[in-house]
Amino acid sequence: MGLLSDPNRRRALISLLTRLNAPICGMPVDWLVKTMQARGLEVFTQRFSRTLPFPDENNERYIVEGTNVYGILRAPRAPRTEALVLSAPCSPGDDNNQAVGLLLGLAHYFRNQVFWAKDIIFLVNEHDLIGMQAWLEGYHHTNTTGMDWSPLQGRGGSIQAALSLELSSDVVTSLDIVLEGLNGQLPNLDLANLFYAFCQKIGVLCTIQGRIQRNDWDSVSGYSHAVQTMMLMVMKQASGRSWGDHGLFLRYHIEAATIKGINSFRQYKTDATTVGRLLEGMYRKLNNLLERLHQSYFFYLMPSLSHFVSIGYYMPAFGLLAVILLLRALDLWVQLATPPSRNEDGVADIEQSSTGVLSVLTPLVISHLTGAALYMLPVRFQEMAVEHFQVSETEAVVLTAIAVYTGGLALPHNTHRLISGEGTEQGWRVLKLVAVLYLAVLLGCTALINFSLGFILALTLVPVASFVTPHVPKLLSAVVLVILSPAFTLLFSVFIFQELQEMPVSFQDGWMLYLSVISQGILDHYLYGSLVYPLIALMVYPCWLLFWNILFWK
Amino acid sequence: MGYFLSYYTYISFGCWVQNMLAAIIMLIFICFCVHFQNTAGQFFSSGHTNNWAVLVCTSRFWFNYRHVANTLSVYRSVKRLGIPDSHIVLMLADDMACNHRNPKPATVFSHRNMELNVYGDDVEVDYRGYEVTVENFLRVLTGRLPPSTPRSKRLLSDDRSNILIYLTGHGGNGFLKFQDSEEISNVELADAFEQMWQKRRYNELLFIIDTCQGASMYERFYSPNIMALASSQVGEDSLSHQPDLAIGVHLMDRYTFYLLEFLEDIHPASKSNMNDLFKVCPKSQCVSTPGHRTDLFLRDPGSVLITDFFGSVRKVEITMEAIHLTDPILQLEDGPMSEEVQEKTYSYVDQLPVSEIIHQKPKQKDWHPPDGFILGLWTLILLVFFKTYGIKHLKHIF
Repeated sequence: MGLLSDPNRRRALISLLTRLNAPICGMPVDWLVKTMQARGLEVFTQRFSRTLPFPDENNERYIVEGTNVYGILRAPRAPRTEALVLSAPCSPGDDNNQAVGLLLGLAHYFRNQVFWAKDIIFLVNEHDLIGMQAWLEGYHHTNTTGMDWSPLQGRGGSIQAALSLELSSDVVTSLDIVLEGLNGQLPNLDLANLFYAFCQKIGVLCTIQGRIQRNDWDSVSGYSHAVQTMMLMVMKQASGRSWGDHGLFLRYHIEAATIKGINSFRQYKTDATTVGRLLEGMYRKLNNLLERLHQSYFFYLMPSLSHFVSIGYYMPAFGLLAVILLLRALDLWVQLATPPSRNEDGVADIEQSSTGVLSVLTPLVISHLTGAALYMLPVRFQEMAVEHFQVSETEAVVLTAIAVYTGGLALPHNTHRLISGEGTEQGWRVLKLVAVLYLAVLLGCTALINFSLGFILALTLVPVASFVTPHVPKLLSAVVLVILSPAFTLLFSVFIFQELQEMPVSFQDGWMLYLSVISQGILDHYLYGSLVYPLIALMVYPCWLLFWNILFWK
Repeated sequence: MGYFLSYYTYISFGCWVQNMLAAIIMLIFICFCVHFQNTAGQFFSSGHTNNWAVLVCTSRFWFNYRHVANTLSVYRSVKRLGIPDSHIVLMLADDMACNHRNPKPATVFSHRNMELNVYGDDVEVDYRGYEVTVENFLRVLTGRLPPSTPRSKRLLSDDRSNILIYLTGHGGNGFLKFQDSEEISNVELADAFEQMWQKRRYNELLFIIDTCQGASMYERFYSPNIMALASSQVGEDSLSHQPDLAIGVHLMDRYTFYLLEFLEDIHPASKSNMNDLFKVCPKSQCVSTPGHRTDLFLRDPGSVLITDFFGSVRKVEITMEAIHLTDPILQLEDGPMSEEVQEKTYSYVDQLPVSEIIHQKPKQKDWHPPDGFILGLWTLILLVFFKTYGIKHLKHIF
């Protein structure tokens, strides 16, 4: 409806702004291009821009424009069919100031070797995940998130593996590997094993989730340490967000991980040269690969760098939870199938059972409409909310979401006016049968894609789903049902997450953190295509509302 | 009278002495002749007049560097001991020297720290890359090549050739993998050798194989004059020797590494025999148990020189005798010649040595419980029986 809706005009405006020297985020593009060319790489740049659906208060950005700079080191004797990527996000300030230097040093060293069989792409992306998304979309010619980017002039082959570097100081005490990617996807376990093998070979301390592994597995404290590490991984995976720049590569079946350098108070420090040697070793190993990494597990949980729990071990736990739902469904089916024992209500019962399905349809439709409202209203009506209330856009979005969520709790009292007849014993049973089966299928599908999310939802929803009937004490079960609803699960997870990371927060800070988590979740969905927010809004929340309906069934 | 007697005795004595002398001289002469006959016999005792070598590496990809290094080290030894390139058929399935990942291009090393470059600068590869297939290998052995094939790709051996065949790569029980996509079985190989025997394409054949479970490949040979060596028995893996940290791969397999060490000590005049070759790489060095097979070989392995197969030794014998060619060449009589000809008639070997196959040790088969189908069939029969005649008949059985 204006100048910015046409992509061509948008691009023209962006280039005009650039020519007018509008300040673009502090990345030294020209210097990077010159330095990379001096190292003998083929250098290209890519411009991108994106207007976020609402301002991102964590990173303080709303209209994002940036430039990615990447240099390709061509393999001296090989055809240009495969590539490896080494990337360092460049943000203004001190966040990642050493990684680019290490990247350039490695480029210089790699250029002098003759044994590269794949092209190596050294990428410096701006605005971390947004820039990475723009680059990947440009590289693979896809456009799934509506971002605006200039096409890539230079290309390597198909990317086999990628590593992202985050280094804030030139000496590190330990290296941390981050594996969790978008939608809970993980790289092949071989990549983590490669990192660990090289850490041991070079003698650098390596951690996962920022925790050092202990050797005493038999003692209680050692075991609980491992369990806490694994719980951290579960929570990070369940959030569905990409915890490093690598997370966006996984969607394209490119194995990627992020390596973070941590400088804490420890005696033994490693300098950047050693980190460079570690990376060089990893890249030589990846260079010798003849196929993509596929021999090891794609679904695993790691209590430490040297141990993992494979899908064969943790899936049965989820399966047992799902079986509870199926048994409850079977029980309800049997109850529905037995003929009614009372004769005076015989005719009325038969009448009611024939309209049973229709009476179930109404709560279903209304719950899903509420879910759709929860999905669409917060972002669409933020301007209206900002006009009427004195809040910023982000707060408007989050508070609208919470308001719609709480508003849904009032529904059962209103739904029954819409049903033609009064609900009966048959009616709530049919509704519960449908709801339980729906929940089972939903949780099963979620656990297949993102096990941690499915498991956490199953832990909180399955007990309630099995036991809720209209006949249990209403107030107590209402409170329990609300406490185990997805929103409160998220609140508790935030607190537990902070607790596990040994940074416990007060209730005030926790609440603000919770609000920011909700806004980040919504932003992740719009920016990168994370599926957690639509899943919870459109499927899990309506399912939970069905059980709320059953509780207040009359 | 006495005087006459003594004189007669003296003369007879002299005659006797003369006769003795003549006899002795005659005896010595005959002995000499016989001795010459023996050395002359020894001169041709090995029976071959030329040497060929067929060296095959069957695996590709960078991490199979060691198989190419194996083959090239045997090539190097064979060439050093005298077999020329025209008599060597070298088949390498992949190019390691010019692989993109080789940090030292144009070299293939066999020893750590890059001590020995077996690629050198005069390697002649006859079959390279994708040309190394089972079909091409068998065609080379049997000689069934299209007329357009160049001479360097042919095995032009005759019935007086000693052939060395060396195979290396990945193998299993009864097969050898070619190029990651096909296999040659031990039966095929045995039949190919039989074809070679029937077409008189070899005098004696030495077969060496360095793969996992290599002994299974020579189990099925049935043609005469074949001696076989393998690096490991059935059920054992052949292990690689040492990795080089700069190149990043394992450089050689253990058996061929120690074989190369052994061959480096052989020179064209050495008298080492096959028994020494059997002792190469005992279990303590190789971890697997090398095996050999000599039952098809007619000569005693102790009398077979290493250079009979690995080298191309021209025998030179200097004789002090003068051979007079003044007598006219006599017409050959028909009688003894025809006998000789009759002695030398050839006959076909047993096409299918049934008796041998029958008396081979039977393979140990694991007992499996009866097949599901048979169980089902019996159950069906039982059910029908009891349905027809009633369940009360069960009582009669139990």
